[in-house]
Amino acid sequence: MTERLDLPDTEWRGVSRKYVVVEVVGLIIFGLVVAAATSIPTVISGIQWLAAIPISLGIIFLINILLTPRRVRAIGYMLRADDLVFRRGLMFRRVVAVPYGRMQLVDINRGPLDRAVGLSELKFVTAAASTGVVIPGLPEQDAEELRDTLVALAESRRAGL
Amino acid sequence: MSEFPESEHTENEFPENESVAPTARIASLTAEAQRLADGEWHRLHPATPLLRGGIALLAIIGVIIVNARDFFIETLFNSRNEFDPFSQLAEFGLLIPAVLIVLAVLVLSVLGFYFSWRMHTFRITDEVVEVRSGILFRTNRRGRLDRIQGINISRPLVARLFGAAKLEVSVAGQDANVELSYLGSRGADNLRRAILQLASGTRAVEATEAAASREGGLIEQRVNEFLASELDPDAAPPESIVRIRIPRLIGSLVLSEATIIAVAVAIGIIVTISVSGEYLWLFAFLPGVLGFFGYLLSRLTRSLRYSIASTDDGIRVGYGLLSTTNETLPPGRIHAVEVSQPLLWRPAGWWEIKINTASQASSSGQANAKTTLLPVGDMDDVHRVLQLILPSLANAESRELLEAGLAAGAHDDAYVTSPKRAAVLRWFSWRRNGFVMISDAVALRKGAIWRSLVLVPQARMQSVSMAEGPLLRRMGLAELRVHTVAGPISATIGALERSDVVAFFNQVSHAAVQSASVDTSHRWRSGSTKRTPLTASGSAESVTAEPSTPATATAPVPATDTPEATPEATP
Repeated sequence: MTERLDLPDTEWRGVSRKYVVVEVVGLIIFGLVVAAATSIPTVISGIQWLAAIPISLGIIFLINILLTPRRVRAIGYMLRADDLVFRRGLMFRRVVAVPYGRMQLVDINRGPLDRAVGLSELKFVTAAASTGVVIPGLPEQDAEELRDTLVALAESRRAGL
Repeated sequence: MSEFPESEHTENEFPENESVAPTARIASLTAEAQRLADGEWHRLHPATPLLRGGIALLAIIGVIIVNARDFFIETLFNSRNEFDPFSQLAEFGLLIPAVLIVLAVLVLSVLGFYFSWRMHTFRITDEVVEVRSGILFRTNRRGRLDRIQGINISRPLVARLFGAAKLEVSVAGQDANVELSYLGSRGADNLRRAILQLASGTRAVEATEAAASREGGLIEQRVNEFLASELDPDAAPPESIVRIRIPRLIGSLVLSEATIIAVAVAIGIIVTISVSGEYLWLFAFLPGVLGFFGYLLSRLTRSLRYSIASTDDGIRVGYGLLSTTNETLPPGRIHAVEVSQPLLWRPAGWWEIKINTASQASSSGQANAKTTLLPVGDMDDVHRVLQLILPSLANAESRELLEAGLAAGAHDDAYVTSPKRAAVLRWFSWRRNGFVMISDAVALRKGAIWRSLVLVPQARMQSVSMAEGPLLRRMGLAELRVHTVAGPISATIGALERSDVVAFFNQVSHAAVQSASVDTSHRWRSGSTKRTPLTASGSAESVTAEPSTPATATAPVPATDTPEATPEATP
């Protein structure tokens, strides 16, 4: 395996390990729904080979679930002097740098699964829709502290659009 | 009945300090503009109700009157038509109630128009431009002056005949414009200057000679207004730096891809008809044909009488023959620029320039018009326009890089291009596919068949990202993307050496922070102590390659958000 796209000399801060649970449970629920929906044709028509669709989808979900711990480990962020860098993805790696002054607002979201294990998701919004910085799996306390830090940093480096 | 359903979230940010009378700062303007921009509430042009829909009402009244006249004539001569609505109503004895209802509707709508005009007021203070409207459902919209993305004055044909104009102040966001429709034509021009001056953050405005002669009768004045595309001769340099000649305009349309598709479809239709002998096919394609001509016509009218010029307060772009539009973009409102060339334009050497701005129109026609800065132009035009919108590129070194960015794939220039192994992904363009930093803008050069060069000023970048998928990773390649506000341009470049991308990512992300911290373009004149003379950006330079740049758009002064914090200018 060749090395992955990364920033040299970067101390990434990872997200909570509990986020693996959230991801896995979410994938299992989604996988079951998809498998149930795609097996309807087989059940109704009784044609054997149509069962290949739910089975193959199930295998994809299984691989996905097995890779989840590594994928969660790949999520990282770092507060540099003037910008926030964020990294995610195993197969599809993406690294984003957002200057603090570009922040328009910060969202904190908690889904039902997140709430069950006490995690939050932090969303960093700029004027560009494609920025797409969403840091999942932060413990509630950390997420709120991070938000306050980011807002304070953005305020001190305010720029126009 | 909420009082502020659409206002920006600025209620608390602006204590209404009307004590600072803006009038003092725009002393040079005509009395009317001064009066309109004095921070008090004002009403719109008295003909507004008529222009905003009253004409339809007049037409309906006209139809009713014509019918009524017919009815009376026919009654007199006793030759009634069975299907006439009046005679049918008369038969049921409903004529009088019907007339009463019609009259009531008329009176109500006239009253409605009158009151909506009365209630539609606007004011322009030091900080905001604000519009209140509506009778039952009140709307209050407020735009911050330092967030202005552009001011557009449009004159639809009918409004032009009445000497009225629509002024739109756009702020960042989807359909986020404060619309003042309609104003007196001359008032609109001066008001635009007043707003721009308030927004620019100047403290001292030396007295410029106010627009001179206003003599001549009403008719003459109206005719002059009608003919002039730009009504304030002292504010706008008379000369556009680019002139699109009619043959070139028509040529650019004929050689567009849409025309080629249309011709192919037409040949298809002719072949189908001659083979099948069914003329019905013609009707199947009729909507498409009409749509195509509509498209061509809209592109044509949009480019007729096109002008682009530099003013003190940014770039002014105007176009239109019967309905004219004239937009001013203050400095630093352009978030990305793309110079591109459709395949068929290459022999002629024509290029098109598109831009991304933070204010978007949701209707596609309008959006298209707003984002096309130069519909067609040759290399010299492109350079002139680029120097206008990115003044920092006005030096020989940048010009060389820009030319390299637009030329065919030379491989020994400053651009960092894809390695040879990327030829699998970029068959023809791998030699061209590359990036470079030109002065304070990121330049992405792409495409061998459809050539394009994307420029993003560092001070306008929102964020920067790099990405790879399984395929790119196997090949040791990566993709770089500069995020800007939404628009037709996406600044993405793929299939580049990974180490180059990582290095450039670091360079760009640092440069973006640096540029943003010294950028003052939201109050673009706040750094300047003295304005450059208005005549500096006149016609003399427009012949040569270098027009003067808008006054001190990128003065290296720390960003200041409030005019109070700006260095006090010499009065």
